[in-house]
Amino acid sequence: MSVSTSVSQPAVPLPVAVPLRAALPWAIFAGVLMLLVTYFVGAEQGAVSLVSGEWVHEFVHDGRHLLGFPCH
Amino acid sequence: MPLSDDATFSVRALLVRGLIAGIVGGLLAFGFAAVFGEPSVERAIGLESAPAAHDHGDHATAPAEHEHAEEEVVSRGVQRTLGLATATGAYGLALGGLFALAFAVAYGRIGRLSPRGTVVAVGVGGFVAASLVPFLVYPPNPPAVGSPGTIGERTGLAFGMIGLSVLLAVLSVYCGRKLAARFDGWVATLLAGVGYVIVIGVLAAVLPGFDEVPPSFPASLLWDFRLASLGTQLTLWAGISLVFGVLLERGLRRESRSLMVTAG
Ligand SMILES: [Zn+2]
Repeated sequence: MSVSTSVSQPAVPLPVAVPLRAALPWAIFAGVLMLLVTYFVGAEQGAVSLVSGEWVHEFVHDGRHLLGFPCH
Repeated sequence: MPLSDDATFSVRALLVRGLIAGIVGGLLAFGFAAVFGEPSVERAIGLESAPAAHDHGDHATAPAEHEHAEEEVVSRGVQRTLGLATATGAYGLALGGLFALAFAVAYGRIGRLSPRGTVVAVGVGGFVAASLVPFLVYPPNPPAVGSPGTIGERTGLAFGMIGLSVLLAVLSVYCGRKLAARFDGWVATLLAGVGYVIVIGVLAAVLPGFDEVPPSFPASLLWDFRLASLGTQLTLWAGISLVFGVLLERGLRRESRSLMVTAG
């Protein structure tokens, strides 16, 4: 298999780390947004509630169970 | 020889690929969950409502009262189709985005792994740390299992376990890299992996457990549900990894010409 130990293969590019510093605020914003979505699928209107009512919990109910989150 | 900037990935381009992979992975997980998960969820809901109906059966006025108390906000038909698809799609989207960010950090920083190799490492590591280990420590429960009194504690511990497990996995990779400078790669990886497993084992032993499965709940149904739950999560991770890997190689192949020109 292609274990890239030598530079002799020009087709296989060397791993060049992704520059992170400039993109950090962006990346953090995206990460927080993703965690918020996870919260809505996994916990909203169960243990904690930001939106009143039960419809979020009820709507994602089966997914919450099958994705491994505690439901009720 | 310095490589030009366009030879690397940008975080933005990775995020877009991650979100696309996440949606596709989420829809694949929906397919798996609808076929293999829904039958057990449906059976468990049947068990949940059956005893309550019996309790009220003796009184003429009680059934109406009971129906009112359990008035459906969202019908079962919507829950098991559109609701399930939305949940797996949204969760897939979130995991896809986080997957892309993890790739951005890992690529070129954990040894000389190729782009595809890094995708596999992030995918396997992510599944084990964020899904498999939390599954083993706090196994998910079908409807009709779990007491409402402990939902706060259980939710906190479930999310806490995912967070801790991912944090420990990242830490163990970091330690593994440090150890690799002193030992050879295999020994370093083994030591880091064993360290992760030991800390998780201690956490699992120390943290509170919950034994809330009613004695009357069928063991085979519990097994079916939990297996389907793990399968759904595995499908999600596999789907995200595969799609992300394909999108990555495509983008890379387009960029590799400019790389070869500037590097040569
Ligand atoms: Zn439920």
